[in-house]
Amino acid sequence: MSKTIAPVTESDYLKAYRVMLLSRVLEEKLASLYRAGMIKGGVFLGRGQEALSTATGIHLRKGDIFAPLIRDQAGRLAFGDTVLDTLRTYLGSQLGSMRGRDGNIHRGRPREGYYAMISHLGAMVPAVAGGLLARRLRGESGVVGATCLGDGGTSTGAFHEGLNAAAVDKLPLVVVVANNQYAYSTPNSRQYACADLLDKAAGYGVAGHKADGTDLLDCLQTLRKAVHDAREGGGPQLVVASLLRLVGHGEHDDFSYLDKTLKKSPVGEDCLLAAEKHIVDQGWKSTEDLAEWRREAEQEVNTTADRVRREPSPDAEEDDWAALSRSEYREQFAAV
Amino acid sequence: MITYLEAIRLAQQKALATDPRVFLYGQDIGNFGGAFKATKNLAAEFPGRVLDAPLSEDAIVGMAIGAAIEGARPIVEMQFADFSTCGLNQIVNHAGTLFYRTGVPCPIVVRLPSGGTSGGGPFHSQSLEAIYAHWPGLVVVTPATVEDAYTMLLEAVALDDPVVFCEHKFLYYHLKAESLPETSLPIGKARIARTGRDATVVTHGAMLHESLAAASELAEDGYQLEIVDLRSIKPLDTDTVLASVARTGRLLVVSEEWPWGGVSAEVVSRVTTEGFGLLDAAPMRVNAKDTPVPYHPDLWSVHRPTASTIAAAARRLLDL
Repeated sequence: MSKTIAPVTESDYLKAYRVMLLSRVLEEKLASLYRAGMIKGGVFLGRGQEALSTATGIHLRKGDIFAPLIRDQAGRLAFGDTVLDTLRTYLGSQLGSMRGRDGNIHRGRPREGYYAMISHLGAMVPAVAGGLLARRLRGESGVVGATCLGDGGTSTGAFHEGLNAAAVDKLPLVVVVANNQYAYSTPNSRQYACADLLDKAAGYGVAGHKADGTDLLDCLQTLRKAVHDAREGGGPQLVVASLLRLVGHGEHDDFSYLDKTLKKSPVGEDCLLAAEKHIVDQGWKSTEDLAEWRREAEQEVNTTADRVRREPSPDAEEDDWAALSRSEYREQFAAV
Repeated sequence: MITYLEAIRLAQQKALATDPRVFLYGQDIGNFGGAFKATKNLAAEFPGRVLDAPLSEDAIVGMAIGAAIEGARPIVEMQFADFSTCGLNQIVNHAGTLFYRTGVPCPIVVRLPSGGTSGGGPFHSQSLEAIYAHWPGLVVVTPATVEDAYTMLLEAVALDDPVVFCEHKFLYYHLKAESLPETSLPIGKARIARTGRDATVVTHGAMLHESLAAASELAEDGYQLEIVDLRSIKPLDTDTVLASVARTGRLLVVSEEWPWGGVSAEVVSRVTTEGFGLLDAAPMRVNAKDTPVPYHPDLWSVHRPTASTIAAAARRLLDL
């Protein structure tokens, strides 16, 4: 790769930390709203994955493509999603980007390069690859597309097909795998038999990058390089970060299957606490400064939640109940 | 003379020539020109816009969806309709939900070389229009003539919504036309392929021609079947069907698909719920048998509806 990669500065680190913090605070609020019965459907948190997710979103630019997955609240915020639209989608506000038609993490604004995931794992890998192919056919260069998934997602056919097809066309695709040790309750030992998920990179003929998902600096450096290499024509990049999901699959999940020794092992470290320690140890900020940042984040989240709770729900009478954009067809669709 | 297959090739050529957003993606469609040669010479004529894909139906459709989000108009070829089930998830759960969920339409065309041919066997013969019609958010069309193959493919590319384009392999070489039309009935409108007063036969795809042959056979005995070619499965032109049944009082639905829950079941359901009073007799259906499509021509020719089984059903319907 030709151009040099700028080092991660104090300012970069602090900016990323604040995204992580906002994401953590927002998700704490979502969990609280869920427990209070105010969110219909599931709540799926990314606790423990904020460093990796933030590092992904923060290295993408306007005009890039991003298809985050279930545990990427932090990456979404880093890419430009808002606390407001997150809460609107979770609380089913008619004013949210999904208008009550889809919820929680199934949100996006595809026209802005922010694709809305479907639940079928791996499916977004070829979709982002296709978006990049279209950009290339249009004559655009310097665009990057990133998508995220977990260890479980690497077992899907779509992951394989999408990454392989992207590699064949040498598309600027970054696939970020959060190896968080469990796919719902299934441990890695029942998920794959290779020594390391990173081994798969060689199989697809793509560059592989290993990251410590508990270490924000390592995540920032790794993603900076992966995104840079993709942007500079290096073809698909596979990033595999090891970390531990610090909560259940969803807030309904008691996480009883967790191997407690993992929590005490290096992967079990909380990336947010580790980042805070790093910031204080470096003398960049004091614990009081960080506490103030947390209060600011809490205020933003609480104020926004109060606002969204007053917003209208979707009105079934007003919905046009149309799955196609072409209105002429609609009457002919319903059998009854 | 222009074959049905050539009409599909020419429609893609015209789409590529007139719309810079169009590109083709599929297995063996580049320099090789496709398993059936539906893209013959197009890679040379439109460099960089007719792309060979790996053997990955999920990725082929998934990439088309991403490209469509970015404003492209991809036409993807499933080598056989049968293999589209490997891309089913992307078609039904991604393309089919995109507009409803996000307000962003998904203008992709998925070409499915469909239906049985002699010797095709269980995995190169399927007619899958009903399963795609089952999911919301998809347009499903089944051109039965050379003219429709051409105009409906061009219309499909122009639509903002995802289209499952079920082109019939049996018709690829059998059907020929002198020239191609500039205009046609739009997608969503059925066509009366033959007028008649005694019974309505609703059909689509290759079964149109078997039904027309059956109608000729019955005409020799003085009975006139009216043949309705559905052309598009979704949207389904119930109005044209009901108007025909109103004239004849009798309904036979002929479809090459399997019987369970298929297009014929849908048509019978609509006519009985919306036009029960128009019927002088219980509606009838003729479908393929409810087994995998057999390989041997002697088995296959009995598995699918033919002019003689359609004529026999029509005679029963007419109480002959």
